[in-house]
Amino acid sequence: MATLEFRTALREAMSEEMERDDDIFLIGEEVAEYDGAYKVSEGMLDRFGHDRVIDSPISELGFAGLGIGAAMNGLRPIVEFMTFNFSFVAFDQVINNAPNMRYMSGGQFEVPIVFRGPNGAAGQLGATHSNSTEALYSNIPGLKVVSPSVPDDGKGLLKTAIRDDDPVVFLESELMYGMKREVSEESDYTIPIGSARVAREGSDVTIVAHSKSYHIAMDAAEALGEQGYEAEVIDPRTIKPLDIETIVESVVKTNRLVVIDESTPFTSVASEITHQVQDRAFDYLDAPILRVTPPDTPAPYAPNLMDAYMPGVDETVDKCLRVLYAE
Amino acid sequence: MADDTSGPDPNSGSNGSLNGGADLPEGFPHASQLKQAGITSLADLHDLESLEDLAGIGPAYARDIQNALEESDVGAPAAEAANGASPEAATTEKRPSPLSEEESEAPVGGAATQQTTDIPEGPLEETVTYETYPADTYGHEEIGFADEEVLDLLRNMLLQRRFENRCRQMYQRQKISGFLHLYIGQEAVSTGSVNAIDLGEDSVITAYRDHGMGLAMGITPEEGMAELFGKEAGCSSGKGGSMHFFDAEKKMMGGHAIVGAHLPLGAGLAFAHKYRGDDNVCLCFFGDGAMHQGAFREACNLAGIYELPIVFVCENNQYAMGTAVDRAFSKPDLFKHGYNFDFPASLASGMDVFSVNKAVQDHVENYARNDQPSLLEVRTYRYQGHSITDPAEYRGEGELDQRQSQDAINRLQDYILERDLATEADMEGIDEAVKQRVKDAIDAANEASFPDEEAIYDDIYTQDDYPFIA
Ligand SMILES: Cc1ncc(C[n+]2csc(CCOP(=O)(O)OP(=O)(O)O)c2C)c(N)n1
Ligand SMILES: [Mg+2]
Repeated sequence: MATLEFRTALREAMSEEMERDDDIFLIGEEVAEYDGAYKVSEGMLDRFGHDRVIDSPISELGFAGLGIGAAMNGLRPIVEFMTFNFSFVAFDQVINNAPNMRYMSGGQFEVPIVFRGPNGAAGQLGATHSNSTEALYSNIPGLKVVSPSVPDDGKGLLKTAIRDDDPVVFLESELMYGMKREVSEESDYTIPIGSARVAREGSDVTIVAHSKSYHIAMDAAEALGEQGYEAEVIDPRTIKPLDIETIVESVVKTNRLVVIDESTPFTSVASEITHQVQDRAFDYLDAPILRVTPPDTPAPYAPNLMDAYMPGVDETVDKCLRVLYAE
Repeated sequence: MADDTSGPDPNSGSNGSLNGGADLPEGFPHASQLKQAGITSLADLHDLESLEDLAGIGPAYARDIQNALEESDVGAPAAEAANGASPEAATTEKRPSPLSEEESEAPVGGAATQQTTDIPEGPLEETVTYETYPADTYGHEEIGFADEEVLDLLRNMLLQRRFENRCRQMYQRQKISGFLHLYIGQEAVSTGSVNAIDLGEDSVITAYRDHGMGLAMGITPEEGMAELFGKEAGCSSGKGGSMHFFDAEKKMMGGHAIVGAHLPLGAGLAFAHKYRGDDNVCLCFFGDGAMHQGAFREACNLAGIYELPIVFVCENNQYAMGTAVDRAFSKPDLFKHGYNFDFPASLASGMDVFSVNKAVQDHVENYARNDQPSLLEVRTYRYQGHSITDPAEYRGEGELDQRQSQDAINRLQDYILERDLATEADMEGIDEAVKQRVKDAIDAANEASFPDEEAIYDDIYTQDDYPFIA
């Protein structure tokens, strides 16, 4: 195990894959000369040259579409959005072109592309720069959506995403890029898309959380432990396809579920998990499923408002205590 | 690949005609990249120790440049070879320009940008040249067709027209559903273009009015009709319908139904050609209406900075649904929009298959010589409404008759008679055979089966056991 920053783990994933396969290239704003807006691609220009690490002008629609066309013509692009807030300018390409091409052509064309970049709120940036896009993208058939919470998963899953023959939306987090954790040094380290990780075992309540929320879940589990409740924490890691079996198995054991999700609550990832669990494990539930999400509002700026907006440890502990009828 | 640090090239006084040159020998590869790196002549190049030290020049570019340099040393610049026949007319317009005609001072201190804040005295003027390809200008031999090939062109255009006439009828009989946009009147564009490229190697992408292009590229009438009927034997397995004809083998990269959305895909197809280092190009067709989309601008700009092998072909059929071009454009000469990207741009008649063919040949050759993407406007006309349900009442009086009097199929038939390439009876024979072929395709489509219901889950993901939520 090596201790790496999240951004380094992601860079290793890309670099190892690019080393392995010449058809892979990276394109996005500031990925080359500037070394990456968040330094994820730092040094990659020197290593791979201008032909494979390509600066695009501020042209999300254009370079997302270019990536898809290149993928239809045999290449394997990695498209970096400076943040996923800007992917909306390329929405048509990501949701209408990438995932539909295989289907509409009766399987004649595949689109092996990864759209990656930071997703979700990153402090007090106001509403336009704080979007959590996992619910939006996972609503689209033909896309896969991956959202890791720790560097090790980041590396293993990004390598898999790059090798995947279908379009993958790979959601990172600005606030986690500097997080240092252990990362496998196994050569050719991959983690399958669609498999959840049971991060902490417990028998009293299940908490499901991905990306930044996973860390809230772990802290909440710690706090609950101090009160004598053992929470099981599951990080789905992949939003789509969702490893619902692992979640259901846990609920069958704990009979209680709290889902943390940074997307706003209406038609969110949390709503989908809630629906699927009641569908498959209704008889095992001892309490209604509760969600910890932002309110159904745009993200604010003021520090106190933003604190209130984001899912937090206290709220998670409270909701767990409620489903435990322990308040 | 180019990075995005460069501004407009201060040395360029023109957006380059199809014959346009540079300071380096005409057609020298990656000239704009070299200029950005301060290399403006062969002498500069000879002075260099290593090409790869230049900012923006990767190993692939270095290889091209080295080859060209060696070639030029033997005294045979690649550029002078091609472009024999010069087009009949060139339209020149003078316009004030924000770009300086003057050589700019080389930036001091190793600056990465060549832009300067020293503003030259104005007013600035520059000359832009646009080639044109009017109808009735080219004979088949001079643009490379043998006598019998002229009959193939006719056969192909007739196939499109007869096929689509039957589509109309099949829609009325409710064999075809959904949107149905007919290409009738525009057949010279598809046939002329496809016969100017390396079919199966060059890639072609177009919008939803795509039956004609599909048939020109070799999708069979059987596969096309079966697709329209929603049958599994269709060119997109019954999953695409009228607007989404695909044929991977022919590199027919689709009919695309979101207006403008496929232009960046075209840039990406071209990107892959260049990345792999094959010598192929992408022809990217779109309607006049698509040019309003931001996607047009983004695709052109990316193609320009990355020097992608693409010809943007605007099929100006005068209308986007009911919106006439001159009601919708502040600059209705659509070919002139290429100016904004320093593209060579030209204008061709879409009512003459030879004019289209010659124009596309020139544009493709231009890329081979100059590494420049380009814009070709083809003026054409659709005889039917926008879609099958549109009575097209927005047309001017007598407009349709006037346009039909220019019909490309009639024009070719007259040409064939004039040149004694075939008799009236021969051509009737061809038409009868085409009609029979289309009729057989309808019979086959009627017989063919719909996809299995399970097929709804096929070809979404590669993974066979993907856990769908039903
Ligand atoms: C983004 C988008 N907006 C609107 C439409 C509806 N629409 C379909 S075709 C069309 C007109 C396009 O005209 P043009 O590009 O000139 O092509 P033509 O129909 O003349 O071949 C419109 C508005 C669409 N398909 N996509
Ligand atoms: Mg039109």
